[in-house]
Amino acid sequence: MNTKLLLLLPLIVLMGCNADESQQLEPRNWQLVWSDDFEGAAGSLPNASKWAYDLGTGQGGWGNQELQSYTNSPANVSLDGNGNLVITAIRAGNSFTSARIKTQGLFEQKYGRFEARMKTPYGPGIWPAFWMLGSNVETAGWPQCGEIDIMELRGQEPNVIAGTLHGPGYSGSNPVSKKYGLRNGRFDTEFHIFAVEWDENKIDFFVDDFLYQRIERGDVNGEWVYDQPFFMILNVAVGGNYVGFPTAGTPFPQRMIIDYVKVYSE
Amino acid sequence: MKNIFFRFIGAALLLTAWACERDVADLEPAAYPTNPNVFIDGFSAGLNYGAFGSSVPTAFQVDNEVTYNQSRASMRFEVPDVNDPRGAYAGGVFFTSTGRDLSGYDALSFWAKASQPANIDVLGFGNDFGESRYQVSLSGVGVNTNWKKYIIPIPDPSKLKTERGMFFYSEGPENDRGYTFWIDEVKFEKLGTVAHPTFSILNGENQVETSFVGVTKTIGGLAATINLPTGVNQQMNVTPTYFEFISSDPTIATVSSTGLVSVVGGPGSATITATVGGVTAQGSLRIQSVGNFQPAPVPTRPASRVISIFSDAYPNVPVNYYNGYWQPWQTTVSNDFAVSGNNVLNYTIFNFVGIEFSSPTVNANAMTHLHMDVFIPGPVVPGRELRVIVVDFGPDGGFQGGDDTRHSTTFAPPTLASGRWISIDIPFSSMTGLTRRANLAQIILEGGDGGSIYVDNIYFYN
Repeated sequence: MNTKLLLLLPLIVLMGCNADESQQLEPRNWQLVWSDDFEGAAGSLPNASKWAYDLGTGQGGWGNQELQSYTNSPANVSLDGNGNLVITAIRAGNSFTSARIKTQGLFEQKYGRFEARMKTPYGPGIWPAFWMLGSNVETAGWPQCGEIDIMELRGQEPNVIAGTLHGPGYSGSNPVSKKYGLRNGRFDTEFHIFAVEWDENKIDFFVDDFLYQRIERGDVNGEWVYDQPFFMILNVAVGGNYVGFPTAGTPFPQRMIIDYVKVYSE
Repeated sequence: MKNIFFRFIGAALLLTAWACERDVADLEPAAYPTNPNVFIDGFSAGLNYGAFGSSVPTAFQVDNEVTYNQSRASMRFEVPDVNDPRGAYAGGVFFTSTGRDLSGYDALSFWAKASQPANIDVLGFGNDFGESRYQVSLSGVGVNTNWKKYIIPIPDPSKLKTERGMFFYSEGPENDRGYTFWIDEVKFEKLGTVAHPTFSILNGENQVETSFVGVTKTIGGLAATINLPTGVNQQMNVTPTYFEFISSDPTIATVSSTGLVSVVGGPGSATITATVGGVTAQGSLRIQSVGNFQPAPVPTRPASRVISIFSDAYPNVPVNYYNGYWQPWQTTVSNDFAVSGNNVLNYTIFNFVGIEFSSPTVNANAMTHLHMDVFIPGPVVPGRELRVIVVDFGPDGGFQGGDDTRHSTTFAPPTLASGRWISIDIPFSSMTGLTRRANLAQIILEGGDGGSIYVDNIYFYN
């Protein structure tokens, strides 16, 4: 009698349960149009033809009372030599440096799939994000330009991310937003894939290809401003309205490790 | 529930298999229970309680009034006032007689509140009233009058295959006054949200030590830090058995499972490092063995004619310290060692150092000489000095007061030489500045070059 075989039976049942959680989504024919695998020598800055920088402290801490000053120093933003980009938030006494990179003016697209595979930083007051702004931000202003937060995380909840839309009438503390949490894991211990799939009718939010939020035109309490090109942003903020201040117990430095960013269109 | 159910089915099938075949080779060791519960609404299966010695034996009681989330029972701990005749503190161990397999969990969790804000001295698990091999504890755990959840991560769950120490605590009065705290819902959990374990030995420092065959030293400064689900790092006290200690060259130095380093060969060097569950601990100890230790000449003078300050050959008088760490100018630190039971003072980064024996002072009126043996392992350059200063505190028996006297005797090459024991004997008759010796209290060594000097057999004799 083979006991091992019999013991497998309950396992198979369990796997069946898990399979029920998978989703039936309409098939898509995504074509890769833009990507960065972050290949390059350790310590070098990301490809200047793909990424630009936001520098300094912005107005009012980038509008959120954030504490960090953004730099383009390799200490804050550089390739690790293993095919990753690392954005590092550093504490020096009571001041903080970090980095915020963007494709503004270099790559902008309307609709499509935007995804990044990455591992987040952690700790109270740490606020990493992969997000997008409408290309007309300089002329139309925020929130009229629209903001698509593909993922952001509060470091004091390293197992929870949120996907969010900010637009006219639904911005700041009143956006359209949903959280997605890992029951037995964290976003800072392993790589996860964060993505949106965006078309003229809706924006779908994914973690590891699991659709956890669909926002349709009618779901926003205001104007739908997502029919124009957007550019991508990756950053690690320290402190600010969304996340609160770092505490004495927040470990520093903190790193966001990005394996790749890819953009597809249909 | 599912898992437990299937485990049960699996166990039943196994039993069936045994019954059919009776094949001894198929027998597996009896599995230890994986019950995660310690105290939910009462003692879990097999749980016992014992109070620590000299603690209040009745400090722990099951409470049905104050409980977490209106459950049926909690654990209540009454911390005594200072001078309570029943005991000085509250402390005890919740343990099982049969071990449990906790390797599938990653933390112990519980809820706690107190009658007043307080810091509980120690809370932890892994104390089994025996060897307590895999003990983990938090120090100074802050509690207040609200229920709050606490998490103690397990540094390396794979070690806890037969753990008997489920929970323990120790807490004394706060500002001399007792109070009460409650703990509830004590259980091991697989959270999956404790992360980024880091470990350290020697407080995370990379230390270098010159040493000899026969020297032993215990690796201390052990710590573990694991990031909690709140993103905050939790520091824990852990026992050495969580660490796997490794010597880069066991022919030079070996290291035991408890971190005891023994220098066994040389000349040569070996680096001691450690890992926990495959994670390399910060900190290391590089042993630079010079080989066999050349001991100082063994004293032969009869004990009746000796007043010993530091020697294994004689009983020593009370000594306040062999290194006063006199600030701000002293750089000298002590790295004293023992070779096969022979203790040696080892002053490193030596510029000057004071030895004091003032409680009580030493009456050396019947003595005629000071003796000491010194060894300079590094080079001795021309112009190097060693000044030996003897200080008498005078009739008032205390430092200064206008009656202190002292004399400094200078030694220089060729008396000072590298790599051999130098026996120094200074007659009191030549210490002209030392006008009295009924209240000798200090010996000061000066003239260090920032290197090392070993000192042994410091005594007065006639």
